[in-house]
Amino acid sequence: MMNELLDFILLREANTRYVVAGTVLLGLTAGMLGSFTVLRRRALLGDAIAHAVLPGVCLAFMFTGTKDPFILLVGALISGGLATFFMDVVQRNTKLPPDVVLALVLSVFFGIGIFLLTMIQQSGMAAQTGLDKFLFGQAASMMGRDVVLFGLIGGSVLFILFIFFNPLKLISFDPAFASSVGFHVFRYDALLTALLVAAITVGIQAVGVVLMAALLVTPAVAARYWTEDLRVMMWLAGAFGALSGWLGAFASYYIPGLPTGPCVVVATTFIFATSMFFAPERGVMARWLRHRQTGRRIMRENVLKTLYQLHEEVPEKQLFTLHDISEKRFFVPQELALCLRRLVKEGYVRQAERGYLFQQKGWEEAIRITRLHRLWEVYLAEHLAFPDDHVHADAEAMEHMITPELEEKLRQTLNHPLHDPHASPIPYNNSASTST
Amino acid sequence: MSMEFEIIFTAVMVATACALVGTFMMLRKITMLADAISHAVLPGIVLAFLLTGSRNVLPMLIGAGLLGLLTTWLTELLRNRGRVNEDAAMGTVFTFLFAVGVILISLFSRQVDLDQDCVLYGEIAYVPLDLETHLGLTLPRAFWQTGGVLLLVVAFVGLGYKELKLCAFDPAYAVSVGISTVVWHYALMSVVSLVTVSSFESVGAILVVALIVAPPATAFLLTDKLRWLLGIAVGIGGLSSVLGYYVAAYYNASIAGGITVVLGALFLIVFLFAPDNGLVIRWQKGRRTPQSVVAEPSR
Repeated sequence: MMNELLDFILLREANTRYVVAGTVLLGLTAGMLGSFTVLRRRALLGDAIAHAVLPGVCLAFMFTGTKDPFILLVGALISGGLATFFMDVVQRNTKLPPDVVLALVLSVFFGIGIFLLTMIQQSGMAAQTGLDKFLFGQAASMMGRDVVLFGLIGGSVLFILFIFFNPLKLISFDPAFASSVGFHVFRYDALLTALLVAAITVGIQAVGVVLMAALLVTPAVAARYWTEDLRVMMWLAGAFGALSGWLGAFASYYIPGLPTGPCVVVATTFIFATSMFFAPERGVMARWLRHRQTGRRIMRENVLKTLYQLHEEVPEKQLFTLHDISEKRFFVPQELALCLRRLVKEGYVRQAERGYLFQQKGWEEAIRITRLHRLWEVYLAEHLAFPDDHVHADAEAMEHMITPELEEKLRQTLNHPLHDPHASPIPYNNSASTST
Repeated sequence: MSMEFEIIFTAVMVATACALVGTFMMLRKITMLADAISHAVLPGIVLAFLLTGSRNVLPMLIGAGLLGLLTTWLTELLRNRGRVNEDAAMGTVFTFLFAVGVILISLFSRQVDLDQDCVLYGEIAYVPLDLETHLGLTLPRAFWQTGGVLLLVVAFVGLGYKELKLCAFDPAYAVSVGISTVVWHYALMSVVSLVTVSSFESVGAILVVALIVAPPATAFLLTDKLRWLLGIAVGIGGLSSVLGYYVAAYYNASIAGGITVVLGALFLIVFLFAPDNGLVIRWQKGRRTPQSVVAEPSR
């Protein structure tokens, strides 16, 4: 393993060099370009174009009789362009939903391609072998001049992306705004589509029709989890694409018989899954943790407020049992026990032999939350003319959201009220702890 | 029965089933899921081969059907949990599953009697060669298979017509009268998986999509009424199957490819020349309107 890994990393074999360079370049280009199409909500356009180039390839072969990749590429380019033109014309002139138009052009063009391909095969033109490459891709057979071609096309695609970065960014994020300020959305859409056709045409020879579509979607979707900034997203998607290209090339190098293209796709999907779960902020885990944290905070605030109310009812009482708390307010018993354990650990309350006592920190927090609750009740009753018996439920929710700034505003607006609509006193004095 | 008839009859059955489900998919705006499913069922088929070691139809259908549902479910999961746009979610899921399928084929190519060509072209030309006997009748295996699926689709559409119609046109109202759109969505997707998989063998992965999308799309340019839509779609599917066979025979090409060529041609003709919305008619109207506006007051 080590030796093979080294062979691979150091690119000791010429063939490996081409395959790695080709797939990495392809992944980079597709990832960066895909960032725009994914944001533009045209993720499957790449899939359609990739299928639609087939008839062009076949016709180019039938007319010229050669399988010179450059001539086939021209055919593919024309066919892909024609397909996007058809999609546009049909879309503008019928009531068909966009996905139907996409699927229609994709499948019909591809079907015509299959028709022509089988015609060629039956007619016994011996040189047809090269055409299959366009369907499933053959990264393993990549040669020096393929890599040069990838480099050229990839380079020019990226160059154009950078030149037109700002307009493309605008139409990707907010096409409606773009056109409302007199921007030619159509032109830049056409530019994006042209780039897509060019990148796909060269790419499918290496990884095949379906898997080219994956390279245009998956790295970009993965990158979206890590950033809000399009420029960062672009580079990240490019890096993910390149990394998957490298990993796929390695897998097919290490296990003979494993096709490169599908391995690249599996690698990029793995990167996607990792991003989806573990990305900070937008990832599933991060969102779940945030959700849990908010839940815990609300629970903590509710328990402390309940303790405060118990204390308010019987001021001499300092020690509260689980039983007292659940009498006052319903909590799910296990959740209450858990929450109290956390409160003890975090220094809000102290556990004594037969119950719980406020610590300074908990006392202040309890006062704060009770105050917010009652201030909001006053505000609803006085300024929004809520009936007194309707304010409680709303305040239950708002007390957890009110920021210090809002609290200050409330206090000023209400002129530091002393009692809530139910005549309970509003506590202001944080320091007057009774317990510790 | 002649071989010609057997092939055409199978094609018509496949096209009818595809047109029926395709119409509802178009109305529900989930047509691209057909493309996704037709690719994603590949690993299911390969795994069924590997596990049973035979080309038995039932395990294959089950394996592929499960994968079809998995595709739908994963796409929903990425949308809801992962907050990915629907089209991007689909693109991520089906390409991955297809890649897994291709890897499985190449790893176990010795055990799996399934090549990449079969995935693309289908083997409808071999229908007459593969016979099977049930109930004392010896018929091509494809008759039993596609015939069974077609019956099931017809029964599904017949029994669930009202519900499917409501879910397609007015999901909010459907929910309000107690129809579970989720249940019907998954029911429709199960039937779609089944149709896709059973057609897969005869017409290949991508051409199933053509049969699912093109007839309803063409019919939609001619009518708005659901009953007509279904009828015309089935008619177009059937007509394309018959004509496609002869086109393919004439040019000595793949039959499935020939059917698609005809489907595309029919769509183009309707798109250009449809009586109400055709491009040519509208273009002429557009030119004539100013003149008729001038001419009319004098009448």
